[in-house]
Amino acid sequence: MIRVNDLAHGRAGDKGNTSNISVIAFDEAAWKILRVQLTEDVVMKAFAHFATGPVTRYELPKLQALNFVIRGALGGGVTRSLAQDAHGKSLSTLMMTIELQGDK
Amino acid sequence: MSAAPRDFVRIGAGASFADDRIAPAVELAERGQLDYLAFECLAERTVARENQTRLKNPKLGYTPRLMDRMSQVLPVALKNKVKIITNMGAANPIAAVELVHDFAAKEGVGPLHTAAVLGDDITDLLRGQPGLSLMESGHPLEELLPRMVSGNAYLGADVIVRALQTEAQLVVTGRVADPSLYLAAAMYHYGWSYDDWNRIGAGTAAGHLLECCAQVSGGCFAAPGRKEVPNLARLGFPYADMRKDGQFTLSKLADAGGRVDLATCKEQLIYEVHDPAAYITPDCVLDITDLEMRQMGPDLVQISGARARPRTDTYKVTIGYTDGFIGEGQISYAGIDAVARAELAASLVQRRLADTGHKYSEVRVDLIGINSLHSKRVYEADPYEVRLRIAARTTDRKSAEAVGFETRALHVNGPAGGAGGSDPMVKEVLAVQSVLIPRGLVDPRVQIREFRT
Repeated sequence: MIRVNDLAHGRAGDKGNTSNISVIAFDEAAWKILRVQLTEDVVMKAFAHFATGPVTRYELPKLQALNFVIRGALGGGVTRSLAQDAHGKSLSTLMMTIELQGDK
Repeated sequence: MSAAPRDFVRIGAGASFADDRIAPAVELAERGQLDYLAFECLAERTVARENQTRLKNPKLGYTPRLMDRMSQVLPVALKNKVKIITNMGAANPIAAVELVHDFAAKEGVGPLHTAAVLGDDITDLLRGQPGLSLMESGHPLEELLPRMVSGNAYLGADVIVRALQTEAQLVVTGRVADPSLYLAAAMYHYGWSYDDWNRIGAGTAAGHLLECCAQVSGGCFAAPGRKEVPNLARLGFPYADMRKDGQFTLSKLADAGGRVDLATCKEQLIYEVHDPAAYITPDCVLDITDLEMRQMGPDLVQISGARARPRTDTYKVTIGYTDGFIGEGQISYAGIDAVARAELAASLVQRRLADTGHKYSEVRVDLIGINSLHSKRVYEADPYEVRLRIAARTTDRKSAEAVGFETRALHVNGPAGGAGGSDPMVKEVLAVQSVLIPRGLVDPRVQIREFRT
C-alpha cells in the first residue's frame, strides 16, 4: 500500500462551489502509478462524504501532473459556507491520504 | 536601476490579498530593479463588501489597508521609478486615488501622476437585465435582484494599458481580472495587441503565476521533512522577467527566503484552474497543456509554451447579494470522555435553540481536532482535547446571535469542564454569484481619469 502523499504534492483552489486539486508527481515512476490508479472514481469515493460531484480529471503530461475538479465540494460556495475552511484550502491534504497499490 | 539596457521587462508581485504581508513588497520595490509592481487585493466578494461601505460613506469603499501599504511602498517605488498597478480602488477608485495624493502632498512624495480605471461597476445596468442566467445554477438573475448589493465586471488588461498610456506612475482600478494586472505591464511595454495570442497567453500565464504572490515562491508549500522551504520566516515575493517573444522567467531576490523551482511553480500554475486547455480571462482563453518549465539556476525557472485563443465576447460579472446571517459559537473539552461531552454539548445547544423557537435552514457541528476540515474521522482514536464549533444559517439576526449565546452558556449549563467559550459570532452573509454579459454593454462605460500633484 502506498499513499498519494508518497508520490506527489498538490494544492487546492476554489471557484464558487467547486474545488480544484492538483496532484503533481515527484518523479516518472510516481507519475505512471498516479496516471493509472488515481482515477475520477477513486477520487469521488474519497470525497463522497461531503462533495456531491461529479469529479473531472485533467492530465498535464508535460508537467507530470493531474488536476481534479470536484463540483459541489464547498458547502454551497465559499461566500456562504458554514465551514471553517470555506475555501477548501485543506482539501489537498485529504487527496494526499488516498491509498493506492504499490510499494514505497 | 542598472545602467545597462535589459532585454526584458521586470514585473514584481506586491500582494495577493487585502491582508497580505507588506515588508516583502517594500523589499522588492527597494532592491528588485523592477519596472512594475502589481498589487492584487480584491477577493471575490470584497468589492460587494466595499460597495456597502461606500453607500454608508462616499469617502470610503477602497481596500481598507490601502494607506498601510501605499505609505510604505509608494515613496520607494517613485524613487526607483517602479510603476505601480493595483486593484485597491475596490468600489471607489477615485476616493483611493485622492487619499494617496493627499498623503503624497503631505509627505512631499512626488510629483505623482495617477490614472484611475472606472467602469467595472455595472450594478445599475444589471437591474435592467433580469433575464441573464446565473453561471452555477442556471437560474435567472431576476431572483437575486431584490437582494443585490453590487455587480462588477472583471475588466481586462486593455483598460489598464489605456491608463498606462497616460504615462501615469500609479494605476488604480476596481474589479479587473487578477492576471490582467500583470499582463497589462507587458502589453504596454512591448505594444502587444489582441491578435498576438501566444504573447497574450504568455503574459496571462505569467500573471496567473504571480497573482498569488508568495504562493509561487515558497508560501503555502512547506511540510516539515517532506517539502522544506529555506528561511520561510523571511519569505520573499516573486517577479517575472518577460521577454519580447513571450518567454519569461520567475525568480525572487537571492537573499530573501523561500524557493522558486519546478515544484512551487507547478502548484501555482494549476491553482484555481479547471480545464487546463481553456482558462478563460477577459484577455484570452489560455491553454497551458503544452507549457514547459525549466530550472535555469537557483530560484530561477524559465517558462515557455503557453498558448491562447481569442478572448470571448462576454465579461464575467460578480454579483454580491445579501443572504441572511451565520451565527457561531465555540467551546472546548479535555481529558477522559472529552468527545462524548462535546457531543452532548452540541445536542443541548440545538435542543435549547429549538425550544426557544429559533429557525435555521442549516446547522453545522464541528469537533475541531476530529472532523472540522474533512468532515469525517480518518483516525479512530479520540484526541485528548476537542473544540466544539456550532454554526447555523438563518434569515434572522437574533436567531444568529442565539447560537453563540447558547454555546457560551454551556460553561455553567452544560457538561462538565467546558472551557474557553468564544464570544458569540454573527456575520451578515454577503454571497456572490456570477453571470456573463456582452462586452458591448460594458465597454462604453470604461473611463480613465488622471490626477496630478
